[in-house]
Amino acid sequence: MQDTKYQIRNTRYEPLSLAFAALGGLVLLFIIAPLASMFLSCSVPELAETATDNEVQSSIWLTLWTSMAATMLFAIAAIPFSYLLARKDFPLKGLVTAIIDLPIVIPHSAAGIALLGIVSKNGVLGKAATKIGFSFVGTPAGIMAAMAFVSIPYLINSARDGFLAVPVRLEKSALSLGASPLRVFLTVSVPLAWRSILSGSILMWARGMSEFGAVLIIAYHPMITPVLIYERFGAFGLKYARPAAVLFIVVCLVFLVVLRLLAGGKNNAQR
Amino acid sequence: MLSVREICKDLTPFAIKDVSFEVSSDQYFVLLGRTGVGKSVLLETIAGLVRPDTGQILLDGKDITNEKMQKRKIALVFQNSTLFPHMTVYNNIAYPLHCRNGRIQIRQRVDELAEDFEVRHLLSAKPQTLSGGESQRVSLARAVASEPRCLLLDEPLSSLDTKSRSQMRALLRKINAQDRMQIVHVTHDYTEAVSLATHVAVMEAGTIAQVGTVEQIFQRPKSEFVARFVGIRNFFKGRLQEPHGNGKATRRFTSGSLGFSVLTGSPGGPGFVCVRSEDVTISNTASPTSARNNFEGTIADVVPAGIGIEVIVDIGVEIAALVSSDSIKTLELACGKKVWVSFKASAVKYVEE
Repeated sequence: MQDTKYQIRNTRYEPLSLAFAALGGLVLLFIIAPLASMFLSCSVPELAETATDNEVQSSIWLTLWTSMAATMLFAIAAIPFSYLLARKDFPLKGLVTAIIDLPIVIPHSAAGIALLGIVSKNGVLGKAATKIGFSFVGTPAGIMAAMAFVSIPYLINSARDGFLAVPVRLEKSALSLGASPLRVFLTVSVPLAWRSILSGSILMWARGMSEFGAVLIIAYHPMITPVLIYERFGAFGLKYARPAAVLFIVVCLVFLVVLRLLAGGKNNAQR
Repeated sequence: MLSVREICKDLTPFAIKDVSFEVSSDQYFVLLGRTGVGKSVLLETIAGLVRPDTGQILLDGKDITNEKMQKRKIALVFQNSTLFPHMTVYNNIAYPLHCRNGRIQIRQRVDELAEDFEVRHLLSAKPQTLSGGESQRVSLARAVASEPRCLLLDEPLSSLDTKSRSQMRALLRKINAQDRMQIVHVTHDYTEAVSLATHVAVMEAGTIAQVGTVEQIFQRPKSEFVARFVGIRNFFKGRLQEPHGNGKATRRFTSGSLGFSVLTGSPGGPGFVCVRSEDVTISNTASPTSARNNFEGTIADVVPAGIGIEVIVDIGVEIAALVSSDSIKTLELACGKKVWVSFKASAVKYVEE
């Protein structure tokens, strides 16, 4: 009874709710309108032609795999680090947390320039890379570095929140049953925080995939799709850039939806 | 053998001060105390979740005070389930076995434990679907699977219904007696101590008020606190008459308008007497002898009390008597009926104020 009462109350159209809904509508329109107009202004033959364009195809492919590889590679270090942040107190923890969020606030072109300083042939990392025979500048490795730099906070923050939600009592129980701390981490903490880790990874991947500024500075070539779109716009104008943008957005959306479904389909172990 | 020696832990605003006790193998040791006196912290200190400020913990002669908790061979079972929610019951029980066994041995051992703890039908279930009693049995099976040298239980029965509780009690008794597992059991409920313990420590405000066998604690409480706490129902404040000579003698204890005969050797003065409700008998006629306390009164209440039926008789103050349900029938006891209550002078425990 209580529930239905509540529902009736919530569905009643109060003037304030109507006003809020109208404001919300404006925001939604602001997001949808540009995208819709872009989609509508592309003809099907145009899209089909762009889809068969080798340059576009390889750039989309490059964007997808570099962003995924960057996420997976950095996850290996980021997930244990997030656990540490969730469980331990250490000196300057506040500072460390702030540093992790730094890539979110600094302009991405600035991030690219900063990163270039260490990955270029004269930089610390660049020199080391040259010694073992590869380079960051103008290579997929550079693209991955740039993507990871701007997107890693999303994974760390989400995974940390996930670990925070794992009851410490469960970990302590596992320890008292004789399991080593590493085993407890792998068999109790990670599985229970899995949903947050996965959604953080998806966020990191999506953010990396859409990165433009930092990648542009470190690796103009080989061209990831956001750079390709920018180049086509600069060289040939709006009409030529649009189909590539539409195609990329569609591909990203499909991947995002599929991953979200996969992540959502697996029930959160904690519940 | 578990020895806890002079453990201190300051957890402002509250602290554990100089707690010492010993639990020998095959003892069932109950730590009894109200909520918030530090029982759980003490247990967590033994398990290694909490580091003591000072003091020592020894298990089988080995100092484990600074040992990592995964190396202590001490398993801890909490009041609420700490089963791993992402694993089946089978995998929960198998969890401690993976460290040192092959697949076939694990299967065998889990089957044995599932049989012992009556959870065989639940092996493929997820912990979220279990009832409180089932969860606790699985938790216990998992703890036993880790082959601990000592089993610590933190209020393991308090979230269970009466039926699961008695089932768990039987299991705990069995683990203790058959497997010779030393158990330290924390509870606020004295009936758990009576029904399970071989030895009891009563805790009060971070210290141990009294340690001893169940009989020592319940029949000869050392202090008013212990006597009150362990649930002796009949507890009267008053004054003991001065002794006439040395040694034990039957003496007069006055409490308001009532007078009791008490067998004691204590000096006279203000104090308490307590009488266990089991020692109080009820009859329909007076049968006065010099050694007995006899009072006429009316039955104020008849309450089932698990191990029997408690009859509350108003003799000016209320006094509780524990009788069997048979006696209720043969004596035709009911509310409002006039009866005689009596108990021996030797059954009255005198505690100085």
